[in-house]
Amino acid sequence: MSTTDSIVSIENLKVELGGVSILDIPSFCIAEKEFVSLIGPNGSGKSTLLLVLNSLLKPVAGRVVYRGEEISSREAAFRYRRMVSMVFQEPLLFDTTVYKNVASGLKIRGIKRDEIRERVMRYLKCFNIEHLANRSARKLSGGESQRTSLARAFAIEPEIIFLDEPFSALDPPTRHALTDDLEKIVRETGITTVMVTHDQSEALRMSDRIAVMNNGQIVQSGTPSVVMNNPVNEFVANFVGMETVLVGSVLKNNDGSLLISISGREVDAIGEMQPNDEVYCCIRPENVTIEIRDPDDFTSARNIFAARILDIDSMGPFLKLSLDCGFPLVSYVTREAFATLGLAEGKEVYASFKATSIHLIRKGV
Amino acid sequence: MKFFRNLPVFCAAVLLALAAFGVSPASAATKSIILATTTSTQDSGLLDVLIPTFEKDTGYMVKTISVGSGQAMKMGEKGEADVLLVHSPDAEKKFVAEGFGINRRLVMHNDFIIVGPAADPAKIKAEKSSKEALKKIAAANALFLSRGDNSGTNALEKKLWKATGLTVEGQKWYQQTGLGMGETLNIAAEKKGYTITDRGTYLALKKTLGLDILVEGDASLLNIYHVIEVNPAKWPKVNSAGAKAFADFVVSRKAQAIIKTFGIKKFGSPLFFPDAGKKE
Amino acid sequence: MDLILEGLLKAFHLIVSLDAEVLGITWLSLKVSGSATLISVVIGISCGMLVALNRFPGKKLLVSVVNTGMGLPPVVVGLFVTVFLWRNGPFGFLDILYTPSAMILAQAIIATPIVMGISIAALQNLPAKLRFQILSLGATRLQMVGILIREARLPLMAAVMAGFGGVISEVGASIMVGGNIMGYSRVLTTATVMETGRGNFDVAFALSIILLLLVFLVNYIFTLIQQRERPR
Repeated sequence: MSTTDSIVSIENLKVELGGVSILDIPSFCIAEKEFVSLIGPNGSGKSTLLLVLNSLLKPVAGRVVYRGEEISSREAAFRYRRMVSMVFQEPLLFDTTVYKNVASGLKIRGIKRDEIRERVMRYLKCFNIEHLANRSARKLSGGESQRTSLARAFAIEPEIIFLDEPFSALDPPTRHALTDDLEKIVRETGITTVMVTHDQSEALRMSDRIAVMNNGQIVQSGTPSVVMNNPVNEFVANFVGMETVLVGSVLKNNDGSLLISISGREVDAIGEMQPNDEVYCCIRPENVTIEIRDPDDFTSARNIFAARILDIDSMGPFLKLSLDCGFPLVSYVTREAFATLGLAEGKEVYASFKATSIHLIRKGV
Repeated sequence: MKFFRNLPVFCAAVLLALAAFGVSPASAATKSIILATTTSTQDSGLLDVLIPTFEKDTGYMVKTISVGSGQAMKMGEKGEADVLLVHSPDAEKKFVAEGFGINRRLVMHNDFIIVGPAADPAKIKAEKSSKEALKKIAAANALFLSRGDNSGTNALEKKLWKATGLTVEGQKWYQQTGLGMGETLNIAAEKKGYTITDRGTYLALKKTLGLDILVEGDASLLNIYHVIEVNPAKWPKVNSAGAKAFADFVVSRKAQAIIKTFGIKKFGSPLFFPDAGKKE
Repeated sequence: MDLILEGLLKAFHLIVSLDAEVLGITWLSLKVSGSATLISVVIGISCGMLVALNRFPGKKLLVSVVNTGMGLPPVVVGLFVTVFLWRNGPFGFLDILYTPSAMILAQAIIATPIVMGISIAALQNLPAKLRFQILSLGATRLQMVGILIREARLPLMAAVMAGFGGVISEVGASIMVGGNIMGYSRVLTTATVMETGRGNFDVAFALSIILLLLVFLVNYIFTLIQQRERPR
């Protein structure tokens, strides 16, 4: 996607604070109607990037381009700001009623009272807070506050909406409900959305594209499945939840079919590396299957290892098993499976995974 | 810092505020006169009658600043006043001699009296000589309140003490208030002490005061008022025309008639005695 | 005790009979202190906003100077203003010494640090990201300033009341720069001092009571504005 196709993009962006480089991004584009999630560790610059994209922060170098035109003057930045809106982690509501809060963006634009009324009621309904219209903003729960903040941002009917970890301060059920509502509205209105989040399942669920940031740079940007299953380097792999990342060296390459040595064991994988290449082997825990009996007969997976369960952790609905099969391996099993198989710490089991489920990253990338 | 674009808005707001409340920033320089006079003159109420008459006749506006004689003459020395109406003859003569004042003219006089508690512990009642009365007060270590503020009254009081040959500064019974005549009288009444006051202020406060007149009539107790114009040669910014107009008025027949009858209705006797034109 | 009673009676009498001189003094008090408060509010809140919302070297020093200014002795201000406004002083050409304008000037100097100091604290107390949120809703800088002021209206109103209270009750500077000239620069406070000095305690008391009533009335109105429109 080039600068001309995108609705907003940045080029050669550099942001510094007190001499320290906060952002350094050669290029980043967002397409119209796209839902992009920005993920990354704390301090990676995600919120700063959002402020720059919103024209709220001026970069030291580089430019922001909106629909092909560079935003170069204060007036252009102001006009652009009127086409977009932002929701923060804190609701940042005004000390007045919910209705007046949601109406504030419209009032700022000088829209007539009747039209304000129609739009405000519509968006209050969208976010299920109609009944709170006359409530003081000081008397709302966390979820209600954030709904008001969202309604306020959406009521302007912006072209792009920016969300900075909008749900991270809420408890899980509230978060789920809000994510549902947000997804519905985004889908219905087709609005371009850029969201910063810590919750990867949230990002996975709602995004067309995920961008992973680290130290002020965008390390990888692609569809969720690409980023999750084909991380471009060790950092991304670790960040997106590849629990098992092992170092190995390629022994043989048979027309794309690789044999890799990991800690003295041989593993089948698919890739383009050459013999003697050092690689990272990443395996998602969901792709590691646990059996009591040797599954050689009934599985197509070529990698079967005898393993011992070292440790068991709770991961919500799943149980995370840390295994030792000559090298460390992590597997997720459902609680039901755990119970059915009669698993326990110290038990000897068989761990298997397909050759296709090993993601290889050349070492040194 | 983009707000400094709005600096002109501030200034506009400031000037608007001044204008909106009907207060103009500059009173017409030629039309106002600064009269420096003493608190006792002001407190007697005489000026409240004289000045409106003058203003009506001439159209000048008189700004009466009442401070002690000392400060009044200091203001004249600095050219911050146009005309002085004071009663501190020795200091005045020095003022004129040093070239700060011109046209020093006699206006009126009243007299000072020594007042004190009815009990009169120093036994000075009906004493004819103020000098002897003061000596008795010192001998009795009786409480004496002095204004201690370089006013005309204070200057006269110090002169009288000097005549007795006694040193009173630092004596425990000699207390200096640093305040005006009315306040000093109130303190003297409160503490049952003696003090020297002009008759006018005493009469004005007599009802609520509770002090008696103990010594009066001595020639050295005379309090003589002069009007002096500040010398424009020293301070060109002085409103010399206005000063002259006021000074002329104060010694005019009209003003002198007002002075003659002032106080009769309220106190039964006049507070001041007009002297314009008489020999010093 | 009877003095206070006498004072109350005198005050009642003066108000009810609409005594011209007292009315004039009261109105002048209101005009002078009102103007001074207005000036201090305009300068104090706008400069306070500049300081609170921006980062710059020496900010802490500036804020501590302002905070010190809150405790500036009015009499000291009066002395400095007098010397500056003397005919032969640097600003003598303005010719405003012994006029109500000089009193407004001195009182504005007294009130501005008070309003500014409290405004800075009030604005710094707003959430740090609020500014971004307001701008992201498409507000112009001016609209943003208006919204921030509205959000901080409670403490800002307190700043206004503190400024007004500080100057309506002020006497030292007012006497020095105003001259307490009858019918021209005499206000309730200066008149009270003068009447006390003359020994007219009943009048002094009456004026004091009228001053208290005035201050209460004004602050009542301010408080109503401050506390209004807070939805339940």
